[in-house]
Amino acid sequence: MNSIKKILGIVWLLLAPVVIYFLVSGAITHIDPAGKKDINNPVIWIIIILIFTPIAIGLMIFGWYAIKGEYDHLPEKSTEL
Amino acid sequence: MANNSYFNRMNETNTIRKVITASSIGTMIEWYDFYIFGMLAKTISSQFFPEGNSTAALLSTLAIFAAGFIIRPFGALVFGRLGDLIGRKYTFLLTLVLMGGSTFLIGLVPGYKSIGIAAPLLVLLLRLIQGLAVGGEYGGAATYVAEHAPANKRGFYTSWIQTTATIGLFIALGIIMLVKLNMTDAQFNEPWGGWRYPFWISILLVGISIYIRLKMKESPLFSKLKTEGKTSSNPLKESFSHKANFKMVLLALFGAVMGQGVIWYTSQFYAQSFLENKCFIEFGQSRTILLWGIVFATPFFLFFGWLSDKIGRKWIMMAGMLLGILTYRPIFSYFLEKTDIKQWNAGMSFTPGGEVIKSDTLNIKGINNIVEKSTRTIVFADGRSYVENKSDTVIVEALNTITKPAKVTFTNVHLDQGTYWKFVGLIFFLVLYVTMVYGPIAAFLVEMFPTKIRYTSMSLPYHIGNGVFGGLVPFIGLLLTTTYSKDPLVGLWYPIGVASLCFIIGCLYLTNKIDKDVTD
Repeated sequence: MNSIKKILGIVWLLLAPVVIYFLVSGAITHIDPAGKKDINNPVIWIIIILIFTPIAIGLMIFGWYAIKGEYDHLPEKSTEL
Repeated sequence: MANNSYFNRMNETNTIRKVITASSIGTMIEWYDFYIFGMLAKTISSQFFPEGNSTAALLSTLAIFAAGFIIRPFGALVFGRLGDLIGRKYTFLLTLVLMGGSTFLIGLVPGYKSIGIAAPLLVLLLRLIQGLAVGGEYGGAATYVAEHAPANKRGFYTSWIQTTATIGLFIALGIIMLVKLNMTDAQFNEPWGGWRYPFWISILLVGISIYIRLKMKESPLFSKLKTEGKTSSNPLKESFSHKANFKMVLLALFGAVMGQGVIWYTSQFYAQSFLENKCFIEFGQSRTILLWGIVFATPFFLFFGWLSDKIGRKWIMMAGMLLGILTYRPIFSYFLEKTDIKQWNAGMSFTPGGEVIKSDTLNIKGINNIVEKSTRTIVFADGRSYVENKSDTVIVEALNTITKPAKVTFTNVHLDQGTYWKFVGLIFFLVLYVTMVYGPIAAFLVEMFPTKIRYTSMSLPYHIGNGVFGGLVPFIGLLLTTTYSKDPLVGLWYPIGVASLCFIIGCLYLTNKIDKDVTD
């Protein structure tokens, strides 16, 4: 099980830049000052990219921790934290 | 001796009942406050954010998106830190005052027509305070109850907190429906009309809740830490810069809360919007379908909280996510199929109701356009009905007359009794998934983090999971529907994708072990 956790860590690590890429390309495709839908609104895209980038970085760190085996054993007491 | 033990047990039960009541009522009212703004968005928009004004439009966007996505997690950090520094009781009392006060004040802000741009600015400010407060409330309430609860009932007792978001939604829907039913649409939408009543009612509810919460004592675990001088001096640093704790914050987010957030929003909010905007079910039926579904499913929050004390939290939450992943598309597809007007009309006899025809002549660039609009109600023998709206345009030029093909839309779809109750049953199942992922999650999060940084550590992933991942369900749904317009259910791939990712991470990385000792 621990080796699966580590291997999948690579997937989580790579998934983060993919998410950011799709968000940025989605913004470029859909932002349209003349459009009336929410997806045409640049402010919404800026907010979403701003808030999602640190989350995606968090996913990368999660993947990195998984590769390093940090989740092989979860703490059972607060003294382990 | 036996008597002493009996009275101790009675005292314990009374105390925990008061703790649950004080925490749950306050949290429920905060959700009520947060929801009424969203439910009345259309009226609020016309009063404060008029179309055609770019500044007002920008402020409107910020009010809707920033409050949910940025301010909620920020509120989790601000109040989480405060809760770990000064205590749970005063922190979640403060969030309640902020939430209740700002909601009441939104109901008092004069409209754009009276005070101009100051109106949307004030509403934006108050909405941001609401987002901040809701970000700080949940972690405090969940921590407060969990720190009073015995180890073998932590899931059950904290599940009362979990019911509050749904009950808050139920009360918000109920109060708005009650006000609407007692006046005409024009009276409801007037500048000082009925839409303001739900905001004013909030102050009464908050007053009662503050009174109850003021009588409560601080969490015993936090008091003990404080007496021993062991509280954290910098909860933010300890939560997010110490690798051992930060890795658990990430695991909570990606292995549990992210999936819970999308299941919650899809089953309760996306479903409601889908019934109204894709199936075009009339207001009364679409709202009561949701209300009945919620009424029947809400007790299951407590059931799954209780069950999680017996068999562990993890697999109940994972089962809820898996059910969502597997059944969302078939259920939503059934909603569409049963409200497909083309199928209704095929081979069925119906009675057309009165036809109203309006004719307007518009002169565009010197050409006369005659627009004829007709509206008629179609009623079927089994009780179903709908309104057909037809719009023909005849363009009359000097020599030619061009008739554009009629544009037909269907609204106010009314279901027969059998289909209505089938829809209630399906919404019940959707909300049941919410009870599975949401019922045990407070106990699960509390057990993941130590007392001294618990409020901070659990609040942030919770509000990112719900506010960001859950809150994005409608936006990403719209994005996908616009990009892949052929599939009306394409918007569901976002919650299904996020829930699947969370399901895999949760199954592999989380433990099902219940942490009996949360005093450390």
